[in-house]
Amino acid sequence: MSSAQAADKAQTTSKSAAAIDKARAEGRAALIGYLPAGYPTVEQTIAAGIALAENGADLIEIGIPYSDPVMDGQVIQAATTEALANGFHVRQVFDVVEGITSKTDAAVLVMTYWNPVVRMGVDEFSRRLAEAGGAGLITPDLIPDEAAEWFEASDKYGLDRVFLVAPSSTAERMQRTVDASRGFVYAVSIMGVTGARTSVSSAAKDVVSAAHGAGAERVCVGLGVSTADQVREIAAYAEGVIVGTALVAAVRDGGVDAVAALTKDLSTGLARETGHAGEEA
Amino acid sequence: MADAPSGNADNKAAEAFLQDGSFRHAPGPYFGSFGGRWMPESLIAALDELEETFDKARNDPEFRAQIADLNKNYSGRPSLLTEAKRFSEHAGGVRVFLKREDLNHTGSHKINNVLGQALLARRMGKTRIIAETGAGQHGVASATAAALLGLECVVYMGAEDCRRQALNVARMELLGATVIPVTSGSQTLKDAINEALRDWVANVANTHYLLGTAAGAHPFPAMVRYFHEVIGEEARAQILEQTGRLPDAVCACIGGGSNAIGIFHGFLDDPSVRIYGFEAGGDGVETGRHAATITLGKPGVLHGARSYLMQDDDGQTIESHSISAGLDYPGVGPEHSYLSDIGRVSYEPITDSEAMDAFRVLCRTEGIIPAIESAHALAGGIKVGQRLAAEAAESGETAADRIVIINLSGRGDKDVATAAEWFNLLDKDSAESEIGKEGEQL
Repeated sequence: MSSAQAADKAQTTSKSAAAIDKARAEGRAALIGYLPAGYPTVEQTIAAGIALAENGADLIEIGIPYSDPVMDGQVIQAATTEALANGFHVRQVFDVVEGITSKTDAAVLVMTYWNPVVRMGVDEFSRRLAEAGGAGLITPDLIPDEAAEWFEASDKYGLDRVFLVAPSSTAERMQRTVDASRGFVYAVSIMGVTGARTSVSSAAKDVVSAAHGAGAERVCVGLGVSTADQVREIAAYAEGVIVGTALVAAVRDGGVDAVAALTKDLSTGLARETGHAGEEA
Repeated sequence: MADAPSGNADNKAAEAFLQDGSFRHAPGPYFGSFGGRWMPESLIAALDELEETFDKARNDPEFRAQIADLNKNYSGRPSLLTEAKRFSEHAGGVRVFLKREDLNHTGSHKINNVLGQALLARRMGKTRIIAETGAGQHGVASATAAALLGLECVVYMGAEDCRRQALNVARMELLGATVIPVTSGSQTLKDAINEALRDWVANVANTHYLLGTAAGAHPFPAMVRYFHEVIGEEARAQILEQTGRLPDAVCACIGGGSNAIGIFHGFLDDPSVRIYGFEAGGDGVETGRHAATITLGKPGVLHGARSYLMQDDDGQTIESHSISAGLDYPGVGPEHSYLSDIGRVSYEPITDSEAMDAFRVLCRTEGIIPAIESAHALAGGIKVGQRLAAEAAESGETAADRIVIINLSGRGDKDVATAAEWFNLLDKDSAESEIGKEGEQL
C-alpha cells in the first residue's frame, strides 16, 4: 500500500513524532494542548500557545473555528462561535502557527473540520501550513477513505496526518487508519464529543491497545481529559495525552496566566510511574 | 442555468451514462464526484451497520412486504395522480398532473422514509431514534413512525424554529416524542442536524439517526431515495394508465431533495422526459437571501457528503433563507449535485413571490392547498408548461399535446398562517396575524 509506505518513509521527519519521541526519551508521555484560533483574539491565541509550550506542552493543537463543529461540546462550540463572531478568518490560522513556532520548540498541528481546507484548496492550505512551520493536520471529520488529496499534499509538503480512531473502530478500520496516519494516531477515549468528564472511559485503554496492536508507535488519547490525575492514568499506557476543553475554559476564565498554570499542573501527571527518567522532566 | 431553454435529455453526458446503465439505482457512496462519507470515525461503524442492514432488508421479501403493507394500509398509498385541468390554464394550456403526496398520512412524502428507516432501526435492535426537523414535518413523521413501532423518539429542532412552530412541537409531543430545542450556532435546521449527530456519536449503541432527507453520509442518500422511489414508480404507471404515454416533463421542489429524487427515480432512464428541480430562491438569488444551493453554491463537504453547498470564502456555511422552512437548508443531496453536473436534471430557483403566486393559483383553481415547499414546484411547473406550450406552437402542435407532472409533496395546512399573512387576509391585530408575521406554520 503506497500510503503506508510513504508514511513509514516520512515518519523519521515528522515533527509530531519527534516531539513525542523526545518526551518518551525523558521517560514521560507527551502533553498536547488544544486552543481555538482567534479566541478571543489571534494575538491572545499566540500568547496562550507560547504559554502552553513554556509550561510543559510538547505539541500544540490549534483549532480552526468552523460553523458546524459536530465533534465539539458546548465549551469549545461557545469559544469558536465567539471567534467567528469576532471576525476570525481561516487564513489567520497560519499567523497563529507561525507566531508559536517562531517562539517555541513545540510541534504545532492544526485541528480542522475538512470543508475550510477544501474551500482554500487542499494543496494551497498544506503549502501555507508548511510555510508557517506547522507540523500537520488533525482531521476529525476526514477518514482515510476520503483523503486521497490530503495524502498527496501531506507527502508533498512533509506534513503529519493525524486521523482519529474510536472505541467503535473495527480491527480492519483500525489497521487502515493506523497505516494512513503519520506523526501519531489520535485515540478517541469515549463515544461522544469534546468536553470535560469526571473519569477516563475504560474504552480508552482498549483503543490504545488496539492501535498499538495494529502497529502504531505513537498513540495519543483525547476527549474528556481535564485533570492531572487523568493525565497520569493515560500516561501509563499511551504516548501522549490531549487536553482541550479544560484549556479553553482556562482561556475563557483566566486568560494566558490560567493556561500557564493549568498546563504546569497537567504536566505533573506525565511521568511514567515505572520509568526513572521521569525525574529529569 | 436559470433559463435553460429545454431539452436536458439531449445532454451528451446523460446519454453516455444511459448507455452505461441506469440512473435510477445509483448505489452510492459516490455520485460522480459527490457523496461519500465525510464523517467522524466514531460513526463509521454505525454507517457500515446501517448499510449492511439496508442491503439485506431491500433483498428480503419479508421486509419489502412489510413496507408494502404499511404503505397501503397505514400511509394510504398509492397516492393519487390528479389531473389539474383549471390549473393547466396558467401553465400555457399543457396538461398538468399532480402527484398527490399531500394525501399521505401525516400530510407529505416524509412518511415513506420514516417508516422504512424505523423498520431498519428495529432490525438493528435499536430502541431509540433521533431526528432533526426544521418546520417540524420530518419531526412529526418520525414521531409518528416511532409511536407506530414502539420506539423512543427524540427530535432536535432549532430553538428559533421551536418558537415559530409551537403547534408542531405540540404535535410531536402528543405522539410521545421528546423535542429538544437547539440553541447552538444559528439555531436552525443545520444546527439541529449538528446536534443530532452529537447525540448519535454518544448513543450510537442503541440509537438510529433517522435523517429526513436524501443527503448526509452514505448510505443515507441512496437509502432515503430507495424509500421514496415508490413516488416515481407510481407516477410513471399512473401517467401511462391515464394518458397512454410518458410525460414531457417532471417537476419537484428541492431542499435536501428527498421528494424530488423519489419522483425523478421513475423517469431518469426515460431520455424523452425532461426533469426539473426547483430550489428556494427566497427574496431572489441576487439578494443573497435564498436557499438556491445548486444554482449558486460551490462544492464542499457538510453533514457527511460532498455536494453543492452555500458557503463563504472561508468554507463556513452560510445561512439560507426561504419562506418555506422545508427548503431552508444550505446543502443539497449529493445525487442532485451529480444530476445537475451531468445535465440530466435542470435546477432553477423560484422566489418566495413566485411560489406564493402559484400557491394561490392552485388553491383557487383546484381546491387544493399545497405546502409552500410544493408551491415552488408548482411555480416551476407553470414556467415549464409555458415553455412547452411555446415549443408546441412552433412545431404546429397544441399545448394540450404536452404533459407535465408536478410532485405535490405536501399539504398546506401547516402553512395557513404564513399564507394568510402573505395575502393580508388577517385583521392586523389578530393573534393569527402575530403568529404569521413570525413565520409560524400551524
